[in-house]
Amino acid sequence: MTTRFHRVPRLLLVTGGLALLTVWPTPAGADDVGLIKVVKGTVQIERRGQRLPAQVGAKVEPADVVTTGPDGSVGILFADASLLSAGPNSVLVIDQFRFDSTTNQGAFETTLRKGTLSAVSGKIAKQTPDAMKVRTPTTVLGVRGTEFVVRASGPGD
Amino acid sequence: MAGVLGLLVLSGVLVLSGLLVLSGCAAPPPVAKPAVRDDLVVLLPDRDGKTGALALTHEGTERVLDAPYAAARIKEVGHLETGASTPDEVQRVFAEALAAQPPRPVSFLLYFLEGQDTLTPESQQVVQQIFAEIARRPSPEIVIIGHTDRVGSVAANDALSLRRAQKVRDDLVKLGIPADRMQVAGRGEREPLVPTEDEVPEPRNRRVEISVR
Repeated sequence: MTTRFHRVPRLLLVTGGLALLTVWPTPAGADDVGLIKVVKGTVQIERRGQRLPAQVGAKVEPADVVTTGPDGSVGILFADASLLSAGPNSVLVIDQFRFDSTTNQGAFETTLRKGTLSAVSGKIAKQTPDAMKVRTPTTVLGVRGTEFVVRASGPGD
Repeated sequence: MAGVLGLLVLSGVLVLSGLLVLSGCAAPPPVAKPAVRDDLVVLLPDRDGKTGALALTHEGTERVLDAPYAAARIKEVGHLETGASTPDEVQRVFAEALAAQPPRPVSFLLYFLEGQDTLTPESQQVVQQIFAEIARRPSPEIVIIGHTDRVGSVAANDALSLRRAQKVRDDLVKLGIPADRMQVAGRGEREPLVPTEDEVPEPRNRRVEISVR
């Protein structure tokens, strides 16, 4: 009986340690959302009330509003390997992005307020159908893979 | 002559509308028209010819697009039409968006000796191809993902796969790739190339995937 009592804590220590390893957040890339890879013409990012010119290599964050001018287009690669690109006169809002690179679970939501969008879905959509969503002023798209295009155009757009 | 006619018509109109106002006739209220839109959604085939699906919701109507070039259009709010688009229409409407698509990620596989974080000799040669791909891209990122077979517990394999990814990352740093361009992840036994029963050794699953994007 005494032997058993002494063994149990050691076992707990080992399994507890292994449990910590799985609970510990995945190192590196945990904060990454998206990176701008292609910029043509006028492209800007609105972030916390400021307008910044978008550059290749610049990060994209949740709540960013990406806008393209009449001559502009932009391509963005997201941390789950999904690709979004917008044509001219477009407004794309990054509503939400989270991604666990161990389980591939996450959520990715954007809104195309106006303009044109081309999309290739990534690991978030592949792992969980409809976890990637694209909204327009009239629709909600639940993405189940893989490639698609969207135009949102209303009066005055 | 035309000027005089115009003046006559104009004064006639003015007199008429003046009379209408005086008589208390209100113009009939405008008929509420559904909002006009020109919205379009098209599902495209993948590069390997397969097609996924989109679940589309508009004003309570739900549709699923699941065939290549399946399309949904909204010309009036409240009216969702599904049909088909064509490669020509897609190219015409979305040319700039499609041209701005970032290059697709390219993956390489490196293989390990059982239970260790040492590369097989063949895999050491793949490293040269990785370098070539990195040189080809502006602002490249490298994501290094470790995988294991199903020998060992899920938790142990998560740790082992992450260690393998970290080892490859350290090797690539020594070869000159900046550490801040690289990310590591361990997927453990979750994504076998060759599905097996639990605890079955399978060398083809003991791999590190390097995605250059």
